[in-house]
Amino acid sequence: MVLELYLDLLSQPCRAIYIFAKKNRIPFEMRTVELLKGQHLSDAFAQVNPLKKVPALKDGDFILTESVAILLYLTRKYQVPDYWYPQDLQARARVDEYLAWQHTALRRNCLRALWHKVMLPVFLGEPVPPQTLAATLSELDVTLQLLEDKFLQNKTFLAGAHISLADLVAITELMHPVGAGCQVFEGRPKLDAWRQRVEAALGKDLFQEAHEVILKAKDSPPADPTIKQKMMPGVLAMIR
Amino acid sequence: MDLELYLDLLSQPCRAVYIFAKKNGIPFKMHTMELCKGGSGQSPRVWQSNCSVRPTSCPSASCVLQSSCCLRCTAILIYLSCKYQTADHWYPRDLQARARVHEYLGWHADHIRGTFGVPLWTRVLAPLIGTQVPEEKMERNRIAMDQALQQLEDKFLGDKAFLAGQQVTLADLMALEELIQPVAVGHDLFEGRQRLAAWRGRVEAFLGAELCQEAHGPILSVLELVAKKTFPVPQPEAYPNMLRRIARIP
Repeated sequence: MVLELYLDLLSQPCRAIYIFAKKNRIPFEMRTVELLKGQHLSDAFAQVNPLKKVPALKDGDFILTESVAILLYLTRKYQVPDYWYPQDLQARARVDEYLAWQHTALRRNCLRALWHKVMLPVFLGEPVPPQTLAATLSELDVTLQLLEDKFLQNKTFLAGAHISLADLVAITELMHPVGAGCQVFEGRPKLDAWRQRVEAALGKDLFQEAHEVILKAKDSPPADPTIKQKMMPGVLAMIR
Repeated sequence: MDLELYLDLLSQPCRAVYIFAKKNGIPFKMHTMELCKGGSGQSPRVWQSNCSVRPTSCPSASCVLQSSCCLRCTAILIYLSCKYQTADHWYPRDLQARARVHEYLGWHADHIRGTFGVPLWTRVLAPLIGTQVPEEKMERNRIAMDQALQQLEDKFLGDKAFLAGQQVTLADLMALEELIQPVAVGHDLFEGRQRLAAWRGRVEAFLGAELCQEAHGPILSVLELVAKKTFPVPQPEAYPNMLRRIARIP
């Protein structure tokens, strides 16, 4: 039975999993769950993930949620090249450290940037006070600085000399505010150089394919009122 | 001694690391940190850094694993379990069993970490610096904790003995230490939740009463220390970070 991946490329963690599976030629069936159509809230999807979130993985009877758990599962099951999640204890700890930090730090700020700048006003028709947006973008700035100073420093990639899960997760997160029109890499030559190295390592075509949806986020048509009503509580909780 | 741990037992992730090292007989040199003071002689940013493990056999500073929140303690726990080859159940080698631990830890980062630390801020830390956590935030926090506990019971524990399987794993340790935090300031979240209370009993029985008393002693006596005015008072330079932390409470 083929692996099933329940994804929406609008979501950062979904993009990381998509790219990882494709890059490593892991055979899978894509099950698109369109978040903007509220498909994650359907009864059908609840059978896969009662918590109604993407990404989710279904490997026969085994269902797994949480993106880091999924990436690590794929890493081990499909025996991908070592550099993604090194066997060397200290090298691996560096990847683990990044994966843990980004979960609440970078992810939260990238999500808020997208929703405050674009998705709330454009898709949900909910205006966002300028001070709120300013505060969000300021926090994002601080987090980007931390990313550069604490993690990247003068290394080629986040956890060392080679690309790893850390870089994949980071780049897909950063594309969220990019999709919102934030100039994340402008004025940050170190980060920009890193970004180019990561894109080259992943492959430009694959990278572009995975990011087509997020880069069109600002063109999202307004939500249907029923969908909006269903989605609002989840959205507000997500960006708190 | 090869391993040095910089810990403050008032901090949930620090307790998890402490208990793990002690339970597994991992030899380490303890450096007690007092986060509330902003760390003696250290910058207020030590608020942000509350656990670190420094493998002293490594010559370069880049080998130091810094942790600035519970999540990064996950990296430390995984590192220790592999380096010291602790019993398999903590972080099982089995593909699916290990995936369940990571699944819990991912959800924990979003729903437990941060959320269950708020009551300590409300009852102790904010008043210590002369401020208050607004009532609406306290109410939202109570609701968030309730929802998280329900999901913890239904999705993770279910009818299993432990959160990620039938044996104790890193998941149970991380969860327990977070849940103890509100209990310490009088918010008994195990009351009325028999399945969770039974789970707690099993985890603590596994860890051992003595180790639990040792690790939980400081946090469980926090209200007493505050009443006696012997709780370490934050330095003024720690205030801006503390106020920012309070502002970020949803």
